[in-house]
Amino acid sequence: MSNEKEYIELFEQNRTLVESNCSALLNGARSTAFESFKVAGFPTPKEEKYRYTDVRPIFAENYGMNLGRVAAPINPKEYFSCDVPNLHTLQEYIVNDTYYNNTEKDGLPEGAILGSLNTIAAQHPEILAPYYNALASKGDGVTHFNTTFVQDGIVLYIPRNKKAETTVQLMNLLRTNVEMLFNRRLLIILEDGAEASMLICDHAVEKIKTLSVQVAEVFLGCNASFDLYELEETQAENRRINQLFVRQQAGSRFNHTNITLTNGVTRNSAHVSLEGEGAEVNMYGLAISDKQQQIENNTLVDHLVGHCTSNELYKYVLDDSAKGVFAGKMLIRKDAQQTVSHQTNRNLCLTKSAHIYTQPQLEIYADDVKCSHGSTVGQLDENALFYMQQRGIPKEEARHLLMFAFAGEVIDAIKIDALRERLHILVEKRFRGELNRCKGCSLCK
Amino acid sequence: MKKSNNIFKKIVDKAYEYGFVSNVNTEIIEKGLNEDVIRLISAKKKEPEWLLEFRLQAYRYWLTLEMPDWAHLNVPPIDYQAISYYADPLKKKKSNENKEIDPELMKTFDKLGIPLEERLALSNTAVDAVFDSVSVKTTFKEELREKGIIFCSMGEAVQEYPDLVRKYLGTVVNYRDNFFAALNSAVFSDGSFVYIPQGVRCPMELSTYFRINAAQTGQFERTLIVADDDSYVSYLEGCTAPMRDENQLHAAIVEIIVCNNAEVKYSTVQNWYPGDSEGRGGIYNFVTKRGECRGNNSKLSWTQVETGSAITWKYPSCVLRGDNSQGEFYSVAVTNNHQQADTGTKMIHLGKNCRSTIISKGISAGKSQNSYRGLVRVAKNADNARNYSQCDSLLLGSKCGAHTFPYMDIHNDSAIVEHEATTSKISEDQLFYCNQRGIDTEEAIGLIVNGYAKEVLNKLPMEFAIEAQKLLSVSLEGAVG
Repeated sequence: MSNEKEYIELFEQNRTLVESNCSALLNGARSTAFESFKVAGFPTPKEEKYRYTDVRPIFAENYGMNLGRVAAPINPKEYFSCDVPNLHTLQEYIVNDTYYNNTEKDGLPEGAILGSLNTIAAQHPEILAPYYNALASKGDGVTHFNTTFVQDGIVLYIPRNKKAETTVQLMNLLRTNVEMLFNRRLLIILEDGAEASMLICDHAVEKIKTLSVQVAEVFLGCNASFDLYELEETQAENRRINQLFVRQQAGSRFNHTNITLTNGVTRNSAHVSLEGEGAEVNMYGLAISDKQQQIENNTLVDHLVGHCTSNELYKYVLDDSAKGVFAGKMLIRKDAQQTVSHQTNRNLCLTKSAHIYTQPQLEIYADDVKCSHGSTVGQLDENALFYMQQRGIPKEEARHLLMFAFAGEVIDAIKIDALRERLHILVEKRFRGELNRCKGCSLCK
Repeated sequence: MKKSNNIFKKIVDKAYEYGFVSNVNTEIIEKGLNEDVIRLISAKKKEPEWLLEFRLQAYRYWLTLEMPDWAHLNVPPIDYQAISYYADPLKKKKSNENKEIDPELMKTFDKLGIPLEERLALSNTAVDAVFDSVSVKTTFKEELREKGIIFCSMGEAVQEYPDLVRKYLGTVVNYRDNFFAALNSAVFSDGSFVYIPQGVRCPMELSTYFRINAAQTGQFERTLIVADDDSYVSYLEGCTAPMRDENQLHAAIVEIIVCNNAEVKYSTVQNWYPGDSEGRGGIYNFVTKRGECRGNNSKLSWTQVETGSAITWKYPSCVLRGDNSQGEFYSVAVTNNHQQADTGTKMIHLGKNCRSTIISKGISAGKSQNSYRGLVRVAKNADNARNYSQCDSLLLGSKCGAHTFPYMDIHNDSAIVEHEATTSKISEDQLFYCNQRGIDTEEAIGLIVNGYAKEVLNKLPMEFAIEAQKLLSVSLEGAVG
């Protein structure tokens, strides 16, 4: 508990400082979360969900925290610009854990809100109050930790039957000279019939140890539709713990694609509750890891009512001493009749020292369901390699072609054309070992 | 629908066939567990000093443990002091004379369909009959001895072959393995001991029949099978218990050692009393079964048909240590009423070129919960490991649950591991097709379930397969309605 103790003391000493910077809504949730954190502490590997990624040593590092809200002295637009050709997005920035004020909001429908969580919570508490921390309050010790310390993040709110034509692109930039711990919060609310899409890119440039704890809550009203893409390109020094909570009402649709190209240690978890009939969730994941990288995707799809559909496809390519973890659970409750649920996990291990732990789980309490899961660990098909070599393709090239095809299945699920094409190129570069640095940032150019 | 309800009623009323209690004069020791009880059990069995030491060590370790709660089971607290750990149905005539079998005991086993007279026995099956804590009789011992095969009760083996027992006991399942393994190591009573010498193919099926009779006792048998180089044996295990409102604990250990080029086939038809339709009574079946393929080219095959027990917690495993060794696990687990089962296997690949196959079929009906939990682990140096797992669940009724929790830990790039699982109910199309052809719904369900389980049932030895098929139909007919 020593770990928790330090954080508890830190919070108690700085409580007034933290609260003085934040709106009442954030502070209200903070008090209850702090009490929950004191009880729960950080999860241990004894808990099934944290069996493979022990978060305690990650939190035990001596990080600084930006409790006094000192702004990072950079203009993110100069520091970093997204250079994906033909990608038209509404660009927003979070530098470390602070929303960077951006006045351009082109492409948002009338009544939509996009901006700093802390500011908007003060301006429109009536809109955010029913949602903020509604799902995260049922989370674990890490979630409560985030709610206790979080001071800012981003809000996206789309009112009833409105459609956001332009994809919102959120860039999480890590920029620090000292070892830091960042808490970020995302709150996404789509009312009935609303539509939107969002792209979140995590970038880190400096090789400095950081820990980012991000909690995202997504609320989808009846027949709402939301596409979320997450792309991580960070450094071996970066630790990332991401928690995603989603609540879906009847007929809503949620597509999630999570791609990890370069990282240090990452644990992504997703908890999707299907609360209305006819809701659909599709989750795709791709992780390409080498060296000492470690990536875990932990998902739980909770079918509370009938006639819902869930699909999961997660693929891992592991090289060197990388460690991959996939733990997915489909929970089909008693009333969730006529559920269709499929889960697939495919893994390529390229070396002897790469580890993969996979745990596709089904927990089913309803009888009229169609559920399946499949998981494979294997190598590239010898016959396919041989076939290509017969036709004059060198072995190395043939291997690459097969690996692109393996990864391609996940990338093809991306609906934004420019992004999909860009990712095909990025993944190809990644496999060829040419993607040492992210191409977008000014430092690399 | 009405018809199927009638049949359902019939089956429920029919209940458990083996639920009678035999009136056998049984010597039961005081309830409770402490070092004195362990010393008493050891003394009763006239055990050597090292074995008592082994028991006490295990007991002291057990005291430091807590009952595991990770399984998907709802286990009511067990009072380990309210159980008697030794019940001996063989009454002593006089202090110096041999023990004698009570005729009532013989009748009991006849009634269970396990005649202990060799001339009446099923062809080609030698039986070790264990009643409560003691092995009553082992048949065909002499015939087997001619071939050099040792088949006797554990108690006898400790007396007659102490070196063999000492060499192998606890080498596959250490007493520190888990809570119930520690408990069993402290208080174990008779199970079977089998030793197949080098180059011998056991000419008959060996089998053990376990029967719990006395109330407020637990059964803690221990079985040890050693197959030396180039040998083969097929071993069967069956079990039943009387119907009682109380829960009784059965915590066994089975250890199997397979040497170079040897093969062991272990089949279980588990039919402990499952409790009544309200979930009262029944056996808690917490068993540790593990085999180690120590030699190269060795093979171990587990086949289990699980229909009984109120709660089952059982993971027959294969440690594939020798190169080119093979592990197999075939299972049909049926749960009905309030039964709970958390069962599966572990395939641990350590040697090179090892193969393993897992076929698990779960059938849940009534208000039962049926889980498959399995681990496939490929160690760093286990090159060219190959695993195929298939876990299917069939749901009959809307109040039951079927769960799949597979774990795959792969540390080698040359491994090919596949896992597939599906969960569904019997499709309307299949039923309709059968109905069209004049097969009524009830029969059609029986047909489909049997077809579903066939892959596993085919792996059972003949006599067992017939019994298992009957059991399946009794456990399930009419469960849909």
